[in-house]
Amino acid sequence: MTETERPKRRGRRRGEQLMVPHAEFESYYGRPVIKAPSWAARDIAGYFFLGGLAGAGSVLAAGAQLTGRPTTATAMKVSSLASVSLSAAALVHDLGVPSRFPNMLRVLKPTSPMSVGSWLLAGYGPAAGAAAVTAVSGRLPRVGAAATATAALLGPAVASYTAVLASDTAVPAWHGAHRELPYLFAASATAAASGMALLLGPTHESAPARCAAALAAGAEEVATRAAERRLGMVAETYRQGRAGNLLRAARLLTATGATTGLLLGHRSRPAAVVGGLALLAGSACTRFGIFAAGVASAEDPKYTVAPQRAAANSSDEAAS
Amino acid sequence: MTDRHLLRGVEPDPARDAGHPEPPPRVGFFTDTSVCIGCKACEVACKEWNAIPEDGLSLTGMSYDNTQGLGASTWRHVAFIEQQKPQVPAPDGRTQLPLVEAESEAPGGEPGELRWLMSSDVCKHCTHAACLDVCPTGSLFRTEFGTVVVQEDICNGCGYCVPACPYGVIEQRPDDGRAFKCTMCYDRLGAGQEPACAKACPTESIQFGPLDELRERAALRVDQLHAAGVDDARLYGHEPDDGVGGDGAFFLLLDKPEVYGLPPNPVVTTRDLPTMWKHAGAAALSLAGGLAVSFALPALLGEKRKGTR
Repeated sequence: MTETERPKRRGRRRGEQLMVPHAEFESYYGRPVIKAPSWAARDIAGYFFLGGLAGAGSVLAAGAQLTGRPTTATAMKVSSLASVSLSAAALVHDLGVPSRFPNMLRVLKPTSPMSVGSWLLAGYGPAAGAAAVTAVSGRLPRVGAAATATAALLGPAVASYTAVLASDTAVPAWHGAHRELPYLFAASATAAASGMALLLGPTHESAPARCAAALAAGAEEVATRAAERRLGMVAETYRQGRAGNLLRAARLLTATGATTGLLLGHRSRPAAVVGGLALLAGSACTRFGIFAAGVASAEDPKYTVAPQRAAANSSDEAAS
Repeated sequence: MTDRHLLRGVEPDPARDAGHPEPPPRVGFFTDTSVCIGCKACEVACKEWNAIPEDGLSLTGMSYDNTQGLGASTWRHVAFIEQQKPQVPAPDGRTQLPLVEAESEAPGGEPGELRWLMSSDVCKHCTHAACLDVCPTGSLFRTEFGTVVVQEDICNGCGYCVPACPYGVIEQRPDDGRAFKCTMCYDRLGAGQEPACAKACPTESIQFGPLDELRERAALRVDQLHAAGVDDARLYGHEPDDGVGGDGAFFLLLDKPEVYGLPPNPVVTTRDLPTMWKHAGAAALSLAGGLAVSFALPALLGEKRKGTR
């Protein structure tokens, strides 16, 4: 408790200035002000990763199909179906009682990113499924083309809405970065999908994936820096503890993966595999890192109180 | 058409905006912490009336507060803060209890008497309720009284309301997964009764009634305290134009809100939702654009290479 250390305010009545800035923030026995999400990191951060991989992967698959890269197209369709299926499993698992899931589609609420996302997945999932099944079986090519196009249209939304899902909360490290997180998530999703394409596709088809990986790595770096600048003191949560370790690993893995892919991915299959795996791991570390930063920022009252106290003081000054 | 916005700012009649055709006046709580004696009758009455399960019998060592905070199974929570401060005068017509010798105005800047701040916290029933906005099932809804209530049979345990609440009020019950919080005794309101906590409060620290009336009463009380020399008395959550559009349950505090574990300047997260969707849309387009470039670039470079060969 900091109450006993605070400067005495009784002098104010005698006209003394007591505008000593508080180095300490005040709290109720150091207890958190807001409640951290009770979501399991494996389920929800895992879903952020898998949803991004699936969504961006569908766009890559459509592009590969259009530009005559059939092996990569089929591989990415299967990858997207697998990741969106695992996503759904993670989401239902996090509810605890699977029979409660249907209530998720009871209404469509634009003010609830989770409601919007559920409907998005309800449209995207079957399209990704049909695209993969038709590609593998070689049957119903028209249905396959329509499904591939639908999945590619919905994919970018699936990959980036999860940023809104996280930032539409009172969690300081997420809400404070609500303008930057969508770009960060889109870039991370692109990195994961291009990693998967490098991993599964033949080297002669990998030029777009290598290019996308480099673009994504650059964009992710820019978005992360912008988010940290915006967050001010809350950006500590991106650099410290578990979140700090994960985000540092993410940066290293993504840069390594993108560089390896770009320089060696077109002639060496092992290099493409290593680069692809590094990109996938980097994207997963990014999502788990952002998730951990959010939880850390909710659990320490400092990150809720200090920015709000500064805002309250400046609006008081403006009023007086 | 005015520029009134349903996600932020002043919203005079949330119940009508939520679709109740002829709602009764919006009701709320005014918790005047200057007369709270920390008896916890509100906590007990709430638990009894709402049949809330026991949620731990731990001893915290935090003054007399073993309840710790609001949660799925604690809908009223009395905070205890120990400070060296001047004593608060009793309201008109009440006796100042001579618990300690009044020498709080000791010269020379010496600390005053030990004082206890006691405050019964509760769900704020925000005008712009983040929990309600983000709930994907429609389980959280706005009642005809302007309060915010969870429907147990519709909640699917997604937990989104929990980190959305800027006050850390709503929580999932661990063994059950569904979210629970104060209903302002929706059942009692429907029967024309006041909520159990207000009924049980022996000092009228918890006052229940139409929100407009409570706001007037609170303004008078804070003026009275200022006139009596309690400069630190302030209202919290009463302004209809604050970050959550004003609380349905607001407070008179004797120190900064964060001392009581309340956020100093809470803002409903959905205020920024239009911005978030806009940026997510732009991010989705840039993802598609980035991949289009990634396909176009090798093709162009390949053409060029073929051309030069």
